[in-house]
Amino acid sequence: MTIPSTVTTEQATDPATGPGGPAVARRGGRGVLGGLSPRTSFILRRLGRVLVSLAIVIVATFLIVQLVPGDPVRAALGNSATPELVERTRADLGLNVPVPEQFVNYVSGLFRGDFGTAIGSQRPVADTIAQRFPVTLTLAVASFLLAAIGAFPIGVATAVSSRTGRRRLADLGVSGLLGVLIAIPSLLLAVGLIAVFSIGLKVLPAAGWGGFDQAILPVVALAVGPMAYLARIVHVEMLAVLEMPYMTTARSKRLPTHLVYLRHALPNMVTSTLTIGGIILTGMVAGTVLIETVFAIPGLGTSIVSSITSKDYPMIQGIVLVYAILVLGLNLLIDIALATIDPRSSITEG
Amino acid sequence: MSTRPTTPGPTPSHRSPVLDRLRTPRGLTGAIGALLIIVVAVVGPTVWGSAADTTSVADRLAGASLAHPFGTDELGRDVFARVMVATRVSVLLTLGATAISVVGGVLLGAVATVLPRPLRRLVTALIDILLSFPWLLMALFFSVIWGASATGAMLAVGFAGVPTFARLTYTLASSLIGRDYVKAARIAGVGQAEVLVRHVMPNMLPPMLVNAAVSASGTLLAFAGLSFLGLGVQAPEYDWGRLLGLGIARIYGNPMAAIGPGIALVVCGVIFTQLGELWNESSKRLLGLPAPARRRTAAPATASAAAATPADQEPVVQVRDLRVAFPDRDGRLVERVHGISLTIMPGEVVGVVGESGSGKSVSAMAIAALLGPDSSVQASELSFRGIDMTAPLTKAERSRLGLELAMVFQDPLTSLNPSLTIGKQLRETVEVHEGLSAAESTKRAEAALESVRIPLPAKRLKQFPHELSGGMRQRAMIGMGLMGRPKLLIADEPTTALDVTVQRQVLRVLHEAQEQTGAAILLISHDIALVSGFCDRILVMKDGRIVESLDADRLHEARHPYTRGLIACVPDMTSDRTMPLPVIGAIDEEPLPVPELVEGPITTEGQRA
Repeated sequence: MTIPSTVTTEQATDPATGPGGPAVARRGGRGVLGGLSPRTSFILRRLGRVLVSLAIVIVATFLIVQLVPGDPVRAALGNSATPELVERTRADLGLNVPVPEQFVNYVSGLFRGDFGTAIGSQRPVADTIAQRFPVTLTLAVASFLLAAIGAFPIGVATAVSSRTGRRRLADLGVSGLLGVLIAIPSLLLAVGLIAVFSIGLKVLPAAGWGGFDQAILPVVALAVGPMAYLARIVHVEMLAVLEMPYMTTARSKRLPTHLVYLRHALPNMVTSTLTIGGIILTGMVAGTVLIETVFAIPGLGTSIVSSITSKDYPMIQGIVLVYAILVLGLNLLIDIALATIDPRSSITEG
Repeated sequence: MSTRPTTPGPTPSHRSPVLDRLRTPRGLTGAIGALLIIVVAVVGPTVWGSAADTTSVADRLAGASLAHPFGTDELGRDVFARVMVATRVSVLLTLGATAISVVGGVLLGAVATVLPRPLRRLVTALIDILLSFPWLLMALFFSVIWGASATGAMLAVGFAGVPTFARLTYTLASSLIGRDYVKAARIAGVGQAEVLVRHVMPNMLPPMLVNAAVSASGTLLAFAGLSFLGLGVQAPEYDWGRLLGLGIARIYGNPMAAIGPGIALVVCGVIFTQLGELWNESSKRLLGLPAPARRRTAAPATASAAAATPADQEPVVQVRDLRVAFPDRDGRLVERVHGISLTIMPGEVVGVVGESGSGKSVSAMAIAALLGPDSSVQASELSFRGIDMTAPLTKAERSRLGLELAMVFQDPLTSLNPSLTIGKQLRETVEVHEGLSAAESTKRAEAALESVRIPLPAKRLKQFPHELSGGMRQRAMIGMGLMGRPKLLIADEPTTALDVTVQRQVLRVLHEAQEQTGAAILLISHDIALVSGFCDRILVMKDGRIVESLDADRLHEARHPYTRGLIACVPDMTSDRTMPLPVIGAIDEEPLPVPELVEGPITTEGQRA
């Protein structure tokens, strides 16, 4: 079965794989999913959605070459290239056969792990990706961990503190600082960090990748904005939870403070925080492109930028696909985590 | 943002909301900032144009100085002037991209709304899939297609924002279409497209504006990002992003060349966000509002708790001259409970009736010392079995309270924690305060559920609140109160959220609990019929005062016109059904008094004399 037919059958037979609008009935119990537990069927539906998304992404990356105005091969090789070279490259890229055949070749190549050959370096795109992907992944994961680990204590502490109403000046100071940190984009924070720590204090390197010290500035630059944003989300969610009647119930039991907050409040804000955390995390994946360029880190980001500039379409297709798969995989992980942590989310949602 | 007062506050001023918000610091910075951007964007190239283009070999690559605040570039051009000139290009491209996002999104969202159902589901599913990809990734994808140029980047950033606005449009339109006036228009025969244009679109405008302004700030940065990567504005043109890229390339020589355009980006981005929030009513809920100061004043020394070890004939609750105040929106304390006194003896069942806002719940919460931190509670005596509830509690006192004082609230769905099993919630009190093991506390929890007539207690303990019915949840809540050694059960409208047959069940369980444990009950309700059938003694509250206190079986002797009004409102079998039911307001001659103001604005923590 070829991919295009997969797309149509999946969308036609089970529209529930897509999230649908508010009008769409969300309960499970349809067709093959009928006999499963809510959580399993929830995860299966999300998995279906990821597969549909993946199919769309594959079609979209394939279409890049078709949608470029003019002749992509000529654009990639420049005006000075001889017609013979253009024709040979066209044949190498498999662009001299009808479009449907190109698509079949493209998809079957992907399934064999063949992402094509870069026009510039004449190396397999898969090699470049294998080499650079771990760098980008490390940067993204390290930054997210830093953001998440920092955000929760800050958000919870400011919420509790602003509710009890003591230390008002400190609250205002922290909330103001969070606001400023949210407003500063990672790109500019990176510039500031380099100016202070690399040029001013001369304690950390401004470029490169490999050592721990080289990772500090990029990770901080990428993590601080999302951390402040997440902290504010945690703060708002925490305040909302603290106002709930069940928190009064918990207080009426005169439990120790840490139990009131950790056992009764925290689990109730995890769902919304995790949902937004997922969006932030995927945003950080894209944010690596800018940070890698600022700090000259040899990841996928620097590679896709240079490929776009030099119009190296096979490279672009391969890297866009990898980014998209990374984003989809993260979304799926978040969904699974949600269904596991909060038993209600699989019933009330999608 | 902190405690929601249980009584309605006075309505604030009636000025125009937009003008009101312009007066706030946020509104003012937004308005002034917007003006600043417009002025610089319009006059920038005229004022700084020549300085930005004048090359000077002598001055090339100069650092920051008074003459060149951001230094000069490799051709000796003044970077500050170039930043100012670039305002126009940066802002115009941002507005262009935002316009593409909004127009494209509204069109796609509107089309999705009017499509037949299967197609609609397909389109919305597609929108949601596109939404799951980060903006920058989408912009990169589109910029491949349209090439590295200013127009290409504008299209790329603009199209990357389309799914956001499509989703917003679809969600807003779907909710508006469900409204009555839109339904009315459709019934009147107005076509679907016309309904959309005439009735739906105008109502979508305000939220759209807010989102457009906020997303403009993101667009600005996305654009700067693309230009920085070399995929946006190309030489010799320049915007802030490109200036930033050039600055970073030689950041060791002159950091200001990179920081300068960065400052411009941040300032402009903040102003866009402020503009968005200026229109956003909900901005009030965001972080940054000062919380009212905590004020819990200790009781005067004259009213020290009498007995250290309460004998059984001592009252369970002793309240004298209890006053509770909350700050209003301007931070002034407004008194809601005006000096009530009451005593509850062991095993006594006391009912408090009154309309909403009469202060009955607030008084009960004050007795339990569970009011929020912004409240101000004062009393010459407020004690529960010898524990002074106005003073900070010791650990031993907290344990006693946890075991001896139980609460049941109105809505059992929200007063039970949705993320914890019933068992966990029942067991924790005794595990914490009595140090019971999990096995012992589980046993006791099963017994508690049995005594509130919940079948299969072992199974129920493992379930979450949402898996139980409403009546069962409320009984579980009562069972939770039976876990310790209850001496007082405060039940605040325990049956109001339940239907009539379930109400009787819950009341019976409450009654049985009282008989089993000998605990006193403080039952709060607006329903005098219910209270009179259940309680020994009834207190009638109105406007923060106890207006009448009498035994339940002598209700007909009530003197206060308000109490008589409450009784008259309850129809019985002998009521004349041809007559309209009496209205309390007609009986009650007194006009509603304005809540009295206690003192000026809260300044710091402190006590009122």
